[in-house]
Amino acid sequence: MPHRATVFVTLTLADQLCGVPVTAVRDVLGVHPLTRIPLAPPEIAGSLNLRGRIVTAIDLRRRLRLPPAAGGVERMSVVAELGGDLYALLVDHVGEVVSPPSTAFERNPATLSETWASFSLGIYRLEGHLMVVLDVARLLSLTPA
Amino acid sequence: MDDLLAEFVTEAGESLAELDAALLKLEQAPGDAETLGRVFRLVHTIKGTCGFLGLTRLEHLAHAAENVLGRLREGSLVANADIISVILGALDRLKLILDGIRLTGAEPHGDDASLITALDDVSAGKRSEAAPAEPVSKPESAAEDVAHEPEAPEAHVAGPQTLRVNVEILEELMTLVGELVLTRNQLMQIDRMHQNSAYVVPLQRLSHITTDLQEGVMKTRMQPIGNAWNKLPRLVRDLSHELSKSIELDMLGAGTELDRQVLELIRDPLTHMVRNSADHGLETPAERRAAGKAETGRISLNAYHEGGHIIIEVGDDGRGLPVDKIRERVLARGLASEADVAAMSDTSLQRFIFHPGFSTASAVTSISGRGVGMDVVKTNVEKIGGTIDVRSTPGAGAVFHIKIPLTLAIVSALIIAAGGERFAIPQISVVELVRTRADGEASVAGSEPLIDRIDETLVLRLRDRLLPLVNLAALLHLPPVHREAGDCLHIVVAQVGANTLGLVVDQVFDTEEIVVKPVSPILRHLTLFSGNTILGDGSVIMILDPNGIARLLGVGASGVAEKRSVTQVVGSQTSTDRTSMLLFRAGMHRCLAVPLGLVSRLEDMKPAQIETAGDMLLTQYRGKLMPLICLADGLSGAHGRGGAATYTQSAELSASHPVLVFLDHGRSVGLIVDEIIDVVEEQLRIELIADRPGVLGIAVIAGRATDVIDTGYWLTRAHQDWFIKSAPSAGRQPQILVVEDDDFFRQMVVPILSAAGYSVTAASDGEQALRLRDAGERFDAIISDIDMPGMGGVAFARQIRAGGLWSQVPLIALSGLDEHSAGRIAKDAGFTEHVMKHDRGALLKGLERHLAVNAVAA
Repeated sequence: MPHRATVFVTLTLADQLCGVPVTAVRDVLGVHPLTRIPLAPPEIAGSLNLRGRIVTAIDLRRRLRLPPAAGGVERMSVVAELGGDLYALLVDHVGEVVSPPSTAFERNPATLSETWASFSLGIYRLEGHLMVVLDVARLLSLTPA
Repeated sequence: MDDLLAEFVTEAGESLAELDAALLKLEQAPGDAETLGRVFRLVHTIKGTCGFLGLTRLEHLAHAAENVLGRLREGSLVANADIISVILGALDRLKLILDGIRLTGAEPHGDDASLITALDDVSAGKRSEAAPAEPVSKPESAAEDVAHEPEAPEAHVAGPQTLRVNVEILEELMTLVGELVLTRNQLMQIDRMHQNSAYVVPLQRLSHITTDLQEGVMKTRMQPIGNAWNKLPRLVRDLSHELSKSIELDMLGAGTELDRQVLELIRDPLTHMVRNSADHGLETPAERRAAGKAETGRISLNAYHEGGHIIIEVGDDGRGLPVDKIRERVLARGLASEADVAAMSDTSLQRFIFHPGFSTASAVTSISGRGVGMDVVKTNVEKIGGTIDVRSTPGAGAVFHIKIPLTLAIVSALIIAAGGERFAIPQISVVELVRTRADGEASVAGSEPLIDRIDETLVLRLRDRLLPLVNLAALLHLPPVHREAGDCLHIVVAQVGANTLGLVVDQVFDTEEIVVKPVSPILRHLTLFSGNTILGDGSVIMILDPNGIARLLGVGASGVAEKRSVTQVVGSQTSTDRTSMLLFRAGMHRCLAVPLGLVSRLEDMKPAQIETAGDMLLTQYRGKLMPLICLADGLSGAHGRGGAATYTQSAELSASHPVLVFLDHGRSVGLIVDEIIDVVEEQLRIELIADRPGVLGIAVIAGRATDVIDTGYWLTRAHQDWFIKSAPSAGRQPQILVVEDDDFFRQMVVPILSAAGYSVTAASDGEQALRLRDAGERFDAIISDIDMPGMGGVAFARQIRAGGLWSQVPLIALSGLDEHSAGRIAKDAGFTEHVMKHDRGALLKGLERHLAVNAVAA
């Protein structure tokens, strides 16, 4: 997928620019009321109603073991589909759609932290930024302990 | 119209429609043997069924048509347009008659002679193939024949009555209806916020239509439960051969309908249970004969609707569940400690059969006994939001009771809040809602449920039961909501299998029809939730699974409710006497006991027999009025002597009440209780003295903490004058010493004597009593047990009579022995009189007499 010129939806997590293939994205949401799910894994922020469908929200900061967002900051989410179920990936900000040339793609640097490395499919060199391509399937494969 | 006829009409209508097409095809290809064969069979079937149902007109017509088709099939006639027209004419007539049957339930009158003649002519070959078509099949002639039949305008639109629809389409429809219900709920919610909106009326209409549509679609998915049973007769027959048992299968309520999805899921558990009943439940014919039962064992299935649920009972009249074997197995597998098992009721023990891997079958047979039995059944039943329980009577069989929702798609649920979040609890498991004071203070009325604490465990005392309480917010690891002192606690009493537990919630909202949606796969491991849904206000909420809660708490086969607080032993001595105790229940007091010797009779009274006079309850008993006391109210401190007010409320709930009758001096009093539990013979140890009026104390009877009631108190309450005649008229209260080693009898005698106006001192043995004498205590009479450890009654009497302060004091002997032997021993030892234990009348009379004698002498 990253080897061809792909269109990505960019998002930021703790100031890091990330990208999700636009084909995986069903929707982009602003602040949405969440229902907490007791006893759920900490990464699961809750569930929300997206036009009659129940969407499970996953806090990507928690998933990537990043420090929690500052209080009062409004967070957005990217809705992805996996196996017929919808998931909202809670991020700090959803940015523009980019289409970097495949030549700008690099494999994960060996020094990338283990957590990032496990969810990154590779890196794109954009102007002034590096964009981490997130592995949506990995992000959503929350196996209960 | 009976079902058979209706079915025939439907079927025949479909056959005729098929015939039409087939005949037209035949007309095109007269030699098509396959089509001919099909046409012949269809007509033949109609003819056969008509004969069976006694529909002569149809039968004759069909018969004539069949003859023609027979000839065609043989090849002795070749189909041409003329012949086909004649047959089509017959078919049209058949349709007309069928429409008549559909409308009136009977064959309409009419003459088919011309048609039959035409058919017969064809089959006899009288009509040459080239002959022009006679007008038999023409509408005019048909109209002639029909003319004198009853007007039937709908007759012409009669089409097939049933349709085969792909299940997937129905499933899809159901999903869409589910979405529609949600959207409707959302619209209604919005509408509630906007007063006087122009949408109110159309919205109401939309709401009604949605409900109707939902019901309609639900109906399309409904199937009779008999569909899940149809393989059982064969199964039972095979099993009876395999096991050499004679088994009869009874199936009741096979027409009870439920959602096909539920039906599919219940099929296997039911089959398994029938298998189990045949294998484990029923005895061999020889065993049955020996037990005095009919050789043929009976397995019965019964299904019926009850309050939006379907109840299925699978029972047998076999040996019942082997409690002893279960107990052994529970201990062997370490599922419960010996002490726990000893304290468990048979019912609780029997529920262990639902434990994973639990099987008592000694041998693994091909049928069952592999230990993958009832727990799987239970899991499957719970998966569809149902509950299962078992009732078993040794020697008489066992009945499994399954309660499942009619449908899984849309359920009625109670919306509650806990820890700041809202949750839905399926209505199926909600028994009742209770509101009580958070501080656990007893209310004056005594009718409010109470919250008690055993160690750290909260329990709810609700009427006659002790329910484990679960704080939902804490269970879900949600922050507790701040409560003001004196705030009310909301408790949802939920039924989980045979267990009942109380869920403490912050708020109770409404019930709502919710569409159950499965939770996301990444949340499936949370067994606490059975799904989630979207409420009318658009918010997502989790649906709690009470079974999951019970699993999390470990309220399994045993149940927290079985636990009782361990009371501290209050310096008691143990008596070796065994006493027959009557165990019973009354109100919220779980287990009460009274010595059987004090009970004169046990009666069963219907509410109609119980009358009220003022605030007293009365009944006519053996030609006299007998005061009644509702023990439950009495114990909870309700006002009024008889608790008449509360009784009348509860009376409607119960067909009849057991009444304990106490007789004395030709007077009687009845204590109304809820249920007689048992009679046990046990050593009685009162371990905790209760300070509640009417209760002597708490003893461990049959392994359970039991309140022993103070009969003297209740008798006094019923007849305020009960003891008056035996009580001293005035002046100084006579001093009585009671020497009795048995705590219970000491506890019982003291209040009786006090109530009779005596001042009573008690000693637990002879030595203790003699120390009182040496201390210079004076008594007007002494009552002593004869049989006591240490210094017995006889030695004690001899000591007293030997001289000293008490040598002249009347001395009454108490014993459980019979009058003659004990009486003589007592007299020899120096007792003034001997009285049988429990004979309160004789004791009081004796005291009265001796004290009077003394008074005269003084």
